[in-house]
Amino acid sequence: MKKLTFNQIKEALSTKTVGIAGCGGLGSNCAIALARVGIGTLIIVDFDVISEGNLNRQYFFRDQIGTKKVLALQDNISRINPLIKIQPHDLRLTSANIPVIFNGCDVVIEAFDLADQKQLFIETILTEMPSIPLVVGLGMAGWGENDTIHLRQSDNLYICGDEVTEIAPDCPPLAPRVGIVANMQANVTMELLLNGVKQGL
Amino acid sequence: MKVTLNNTSEVVSGDLLTVSELLKVKNFTFKMLVVKINGKLINKPEYETATVKEGDDVQVLHLISGG
Repeated sequence: MKKLTFNQIKEALSTKTVGIAGCGGLGSNCAIALARVGIGTLIIVDFDVISEGNLNRQYFFRDQIGTKKVLALQDNISRINPLIKIQPHDLRLTSANIPVIFNGCDVVIEAFDLADQKQLFIETILTEMPSIPLVVGLGMAGWGENDTIHLRQSDNLYICGDEVTEIAPDCPPLAPRVGIVANMQANVTMELLLNGVKQGL
Repeated sequence: MKVTLNNTSEVVSGDLLTVSELLKVKNFTFKMLVVKINGKLINKPEYETATVKEGDDVQVLHLISGG
């Protein structure tokens, strides 16, 4: 593994922009991880409002129930690292607005909940902005089975998850496994962004 | 013919298969998929016409809800 001090890492990441589509279980946890290591700019997008059911996995607090996810996440990021520039977008992503909102990103992260939203986002990025690395979360419902969660790469597409486990009433998405995949997405993103940064010490 | 399917080398019968045929042979039964051949996205309406030949790199993603 490449060796860099945390100061070198922060300096290198401070010029980078990462876009996150969805601020639920994957997006909120991934954004917090990237904020802690000092990403320069985070573009966060979601149209939803926090509900009590979200608190089993999403990086929000009880007193934020009823608040727009992008605004609450902006607040939580700022409480951890006020240096992060945040561009919140409270809207529903479409094939028309995705290329506009994520234009200029160094890495884009797919962090949606529903399969049809994932499909729309992946297809739009692969078609409209194929040169930007896309990090996808696929399959993380339930609990246990750490060893089924993996990374698969195909060109600029990075897939994190078990690629099998679908959410169901008896197989809900929960903090531990969703958090693993969200942090795996942040970890891949960091690796991509630090490629080419000169080794330190 | 030999193709690379999801980063694994596989031998499938025939010299040329449509995407639909390949998905059927390999048991990809999910309703929602993303398919790429040699890095190019293949949209669902093209599954019947787009073809996979010897040496192609095929990536298939199951789109699974959860996040």
